[in-house]
Amino acid sequence: MALLEVKDLDVRFAVRGGDLTALRGISFSLDKGERLGLVGESGAGKSVAAFSILNLIAKPGYIAGGQILFEGKDLAAMSERELRKIRGNRIAMIFQDPMMTLNPVLTIGTQMVEAILAHRNISKKEARAIALDRLKKVQIPSPEKRLDQYPHELSGGMRQRVIIAIALLLDPEIIIADEPTTALDVTIQAEIMDLLLNLCEQENVALMLITHDLGVVSQVTQRMLVMYSGRIIEQGPTREIINDAQHPYTQGLINALPQMGEPGARLFQIPGSMPSLKNVPTGCPFHSRCNFATEQCKQAMPEYVRSGNVDVACYEVANLIEQEKRMQEAES
Amino acid sequence: MTSPLVSIRGLEKRFDLSGSLLEQITFEGGRFRRKQEAVHAINGVDLEVQKGEALCVVGESGCGKSTVARTVMGLISPSAGEIHYDGQRIDNLDGKAALPYRRKMQMIFQNPYASLNPRMTIQQTLEEPIRFHHPDWSQTQVRDKIHEVMHSVGIDPDWGSRFGHEFSGGQRQRIAIARALAVDPEFIVADEPISALDVSIQAQVLNLLMDAQESRGLTYLFITHDLAVVEHFGTRVAVMYLGRVCELADTRNLFAAPRHPYTQALLSAIPKLEDDRPNHIRLKGEVPTPVNLPSGCVFHGRCPYANERCRQEVPQLIATDGGTQVACHAVEEGRL
Ligand SMILES: Nc1ncnc2c1ncn2[C@@H]1O[C@H](COP(=O)(O)OP(=O)(O)OP(=O)(O)O)[C@@H](O)[C@H]1O
Ligand SMILES: Nc1ncnc2c1ncn2[C@@H]1O[C@H](COP(=O)(O)OP(=O)(O)OP(=O)(O)O)[C@@H](O)[C@H]1O
Ligand code: SF4
Ligand code: SF4
Ligand SMILES: [Mg+2]
Ligand SMILES: [Mg+2]
Repeated sequence: MALLEVKDLDVRFAVRGGDLTALRGISFSLDKGERLGLVGESGAGKSVAAFSILNLIAKPGYIAGGQILFEGKDLAAMSERELRKIRGNRIAMIFQDPMMTLNPVLTIGTQMVEAILAHRNISKKEARAIALDRLKKVQIPSPEKRLDQYPHELSGGMRQRVIIAIALLLDPEIIIADEPTTALDVTIQAEIMDLLLNLCEQENVALMLITHDLGVVSQVTQRMLVMYSGRIIEQGPTREIINDAQHPYTQGLINALPQMGEPGARLFQIPGSMPSLKNVPTGCPFHSRCNFATEQCKQAMPEYVRSGNVDVACYEVANLIEQEKRMQEAES
Repeated sequence: MTSPLVSIRGLEKRFDLSGSLLEQITFEGGRFRRKQEAVHAINGVDLEVQKGEALCVVGESGCGKSTVARTVMGLISPSAGEIHYDGQRIDNLDGKAALPYRRKMQMIFQNPYASLNPRMTIQQTLEEPIRFHHPDWSQTQVRDKIHEVMHSVGIDPDWGSRFGHEFSGGQRQRIAIARALAVDPEFIVADEPISALDVSIQAQVLNLLMDAQESRGLTYLFITHDLAVVEHFGTRVAVMYLGRVCELADTRNLFAAPRHPYTQALLSAIPKLEDDRPNHIRLKGEVPTPVNLPSGCVFHGRCPYANERCRQEVPQLIATDGGTQVACHAVEEGRL
């Protein structure tokens, strides 16, 4: 059994003029200790997916269907009280902005101790010892001193280390990280990603990493999901997708990277932009930008097909697989 | 050797943090003291931008990239140093004398949301700078010009009557570029023009900037923290650290053989598609604040090659055999 299994998840926002569907039939799973990358266009639903795993979608958003099975139990159907036992404890979250987690008026130590005592029945002294241990794990300079400092006294990179220490406080099974290094400089970003990767490996923690940086996905994750307009359009082993993407959007995303073109030559570009969720076209959500779009693509949403170890939602890919099969049959 | 289009000479910029005189006075050890604090954003930068090139400026947040851009554009005045355009000093010009340069030099900002006036239609947005710089043009001339720039950046003429907020980030950046091109500039300062855009849109805007450079013979000062963009787009690269240029090189040389220890660390930190793990050069600590600048080489606190001389003496940019200019004692001494 997978540690986390999301099945056919639908998330909607009740906005003026009717519901807006942010996630449409999202399904994926995460094994113990596995690292999963989540990439896609801005507004595709990556953060909404992360928040809904913890059943943290705030009004006007709601989970309209599907299941989120954590160790077999459905988080989507759990009471708020039961959920609180899981959040921050069994499943931890790291945000882009450390100040979403940190309280500016409390010391780092106080916040860490409180977070532990909310879930564990131990003494303050023991809790402080755990806090110190985690600060050491994230290799923060002078960890004892940090316990008595306030968030504003730390640099951005150090704050993000504290956030990772907090995520690790209660030995979680899963860490969900939403663009954890986007606000940081390249050299600091590299240090933090390296740290997160090493800790997840050492402690056998599963990681769900949201990022727009395909290089980071390559370095850190084993499997990846590509989202577009509220759908997972491609998922499978990271190396396989990066080296040989199947879906035209994923291909475009990779080919449009400056490093893929000859210096000075025009870059490959995907025309247009992602349609707003308020008026999603029928059929494949990518069809208005896709070079392979046919009449069929405008009619109905493509189903997933398997290509190698990758699941792809695209008619063109499905047709290619069909053709190949027929050719093989003809040969034999 | 051609003469540079823009030259930045001995540029320094401090931002005063200490507030009013009263706020500066403190009582310490039995006497009044006047305490002045300043951010040393730029600490002696010399750069020349050659006609037709794209000079990229890279470096981490707060190293002074935008301050260089804004000083060159005359949006802020330098604390010391000079800016020259086509042989003419321009940082001390006022009003009327500065006017021709306000046309020849245009700027594109990171945030396409902030740079368009929400109460203007796209037509008005494009018309305004043309009318300002060409008050004698006829209605037809203005209309033809707008038509021409709209066409060249791929704006649908139907957009003319709509307002900025109706467009996506990438579309707005297109409009901002059209606005800059509308007055036929020679030189464009672009400060992180694609950083706020979606990855799939970045390529569109980058292509547009390259097309404009080719068809209009533009010269760029291009500011970014994205090194992959630099490698693709830049003719030369200046790497900045804490308000100084630490390496200046042809793009190809910089990526093939970075010389300054900071440049080496920076390049190694870029995550690459072919990587299966992070494999960067580890640096100690983090960038110090520009309020209390380190003595000697500003990088010494994080540099694996730092020695006593580095802590004392500021290294100057020196040309190496490969043509690259590097400000590093270790490189100069042949230790690196
Ligand atoms: N509170 C809300 N009310 C209405 N719509 C919302 C709300 N929050 C999110 N959405 C919609 O859900 C969609 C997905 O948003 P989400 O934040 O998950 O995107 P994302 O993939 O994380 O993008 P980014 O890369 O920009 O962070 C967006 O199109 C957004 O308009
Ligand atoms: N108006 C100002 N007042 C005070 N300090 C300023 C001002 N403008 C810039 N600074 C400071 O000057 C330094 C250089 O800032 P600058 O904006 O040039 O950096 P940058 O390299 O463009 O950074 P980023 O990559 O974050 O845009 C920073 O420490 C910044 O905080
Ligand atoms: S289903 Fe059709 S429109 Fe969608 S990505 Fe595939 S070919 Fe393109
Ligand atoms: S001058 Fe010294 S401290 Fe500075 S980069 Fe060179 S070796 Fe390092
Ligand atoms: Mg998001
Ligand atoms: Mg800047």
